[in-house]
Amino acid sequence: MTTEPVVLGRTPLAPGAAGPDRPGPSGAAGADRSRDRLHRGSLRWLVLAVTVLVAAAMMVPFAIMLLNAFKSPADYSANGPLSLPTSLYTDGLVNFWNRVDYPGKLANSIVISGSVAILATVVSLFNAYALGIGRVKGRMWIVTLFLLANMLPQEALVYPLYFLAKETGLYNTQLSVIIIFTVIQSAFGTYLLSSVLSTFPPSVLEAAALDGASRWQVLWRVVFPISRPTLAVLVIFFFIWTWNEFFIPLVMLIDNATQTIPVALASLQGDRLMDAPTINAGSLISLLPAVIFFFIFQRTLTRGITAGAVK
Amino acid sequence: MATTTVHEASTGTRPARRSPDRSGRGGYWFYLIPGAVLFLGVIVVPFFMNLYFSMTRWAGIGDPQWIGLDNYVRLLSDATFWMSFRNSIAMIVAMVVVPTLIGLLLAAVLFDFLGKRFDGRVASILRATYYLPQILPVAVAGILWGWILNPQTGALNVTLRQLGLEQLALNWLGDTSTALPTVMMVMIWVQIGYPVVIFMAALQRVDPELYEAAELDGAGWFRRFRAITIPQIKPETFVVTLTCTIAALKVFGPIFVLTRGGPENSTNVPSYFAYQNFFARSQVGYGAAIATVLTVIVIIVSIAFIRFQMASERKESR
Repeated sequence: MTTEPVVLGRTPLAPGAAGPDRPGPSGAAGADRSRDRLHRGSLRWLVLAVTVLVAAAMMVPFAIMLLNAFKSPADYSANGPLSLPTSLYTDGLVNFWNRVDYPGKLANSIVISGSVAILATVVSLFNAYALGIGRVKGRMWIVTLFLLANMLPQEALVYPLYFLAKETGLYNTQLSVIIIFTVIQSAFGTYLLSSVLSTFPPSVLEAAALDGASRWQVLWRVVFPISRPTLAVLVIFFFIWTWNEFFIPLVMLIDNATQTIPVALASLQGDRLMDAPTINAGSLISLLPAVIFFFIFQRTLTRGITAGAVK
Repeated sequence: MATTTVHEASTGTRPARRSPDRSGRGGYWFYLIPGAVLFLGVIVVPFFMNLYFSMTRWAGIGDPQWIGLDNYVRLLSDATFWMSFRNSIAMIVAMVVVPTLIGLLLAAVLFDFLGKRFDGRVASILRATYYLPQILPVAVAGILWGWILNPQTGALNVTLRQLGLEQLALNWLGDTSTALPTVMMVMIWVQIGYPVVIFMAALQRVDPELYEAAELDGAGWFRRFRAITIPQIKPETFVVTLTCTIAALKVFGPIFVLTRGGPENSTNVPSYFAYQNFFARSQVGYGAAIATVLTVIVIIVSIAFIRFQMASERKESR
């Protein structure tokens, strides 16, 4: 729209510039009018108001959390949850920070999720290289098996895993959770990546093979660089999924030194010393990493969600 | 999948003159070894161990005692077991049915109505807002809601009392008549963003000419929604309903942090019921039986879904 006056000024008589004049019921003017119709009317404002209202309703818990994270208990009992805090009260945050050793839990969550994200992607790539490009015999069965494993309820594995971890001395170690989620996440990764790699252009592989590249070299010098965007999506997915996992970390990690953020937060629940500011400040800094991560990788993620949906 | 078969066919005619392939397909098996070993140790062996445990009486220490199918027989007459599966249906309503319907409507409105009448950023900001609860660790979301819904000190009841609505300040999660509906509301809040994002992505795939042609024929927004939007994004609807149904059957974290299955098991679900038997009651065999039944149900539901989709695809291509 901003370029129109310029066009008009430069070549006033050119046929292309006739549009803005809207001289008569020509085709172009008709299209303009229909767009105009779309931009008029009060209905669109009504619909916008309804969707914004839904969005606002969904934001209420976050707003309440923000309002009460830095409000003193006295202020809370005097003015309730909907008022702005009268002064900045940070004892809740400090209390939570020290009681759960937040930096330690953050480090645990990052170590576990980061290791799983990388390892599960490597395992998925290996599996998918054999299944999607190598086309080993019985690959349909193998892929189906991985898909089934992905749907399996963790409840059906948890007690044996707990038992085996105790037998092998891995119980209450981060390594146990890393191994378990590397397998669970790579089950999905194998399924997705196998179908992606099965469309890999064979001519590229043939060219590499004619150049004398071994399978190992083909994997790392040809397949890996070309499928890097998909692998990046998998890394991000695996990181977030593992970060948000609750059930198996709850069972496997009982120690303050090994727990992840969600498990540590849940273990404080029902504690009498957990007042409103502690809970809210704790929730706030516990969900902050996930939200920051989401905003950094939002574009990659929405692409990834789409990729996952049209599998 | 169509492309797979094409490639297969083309490579199938070639191996004779492709010398690098002479070593055979076997060479690729090597790459499956790390995945296979891990898979065996973390999925296959534990799965069969669980199956074995489900046929024993075992407290977690000492030797499991073989009792055959007794645990499964016991399940049939256990009221809590039936209650937990009834609550699974409530979870399917809250995590699949309601979010899919609302998500479909919101996605269509955002994409096809607001997207055309306002700046594109309006729709994407709204979409991100709806999606925000989805990115939280579900345990954190549960803790936050647990506090908001606390009967004495929670934000909801304190606000209601401030407004003089004392009689509405119920014990939301602590009363058998309100606990399940309250948990369902929280799950709807958690779940809505997922179908919105998937369906909006799906709509980008739909040929805009379809809408333009329908509009020229005088079809109103709702008719276009019914005749174009819904049929066109059927594959995505299918994926959303399948993945959410499985998630609803497996739901654990929100129940653990919100209600621990209570009061009086009114919000207990199979996964939490199994957890209770494993770790609180030391009835490992019984817990394993519950987990096995849940697994069988998940597999049956998945197969039913996939067959249903295949059948409807076949009907369409005919």
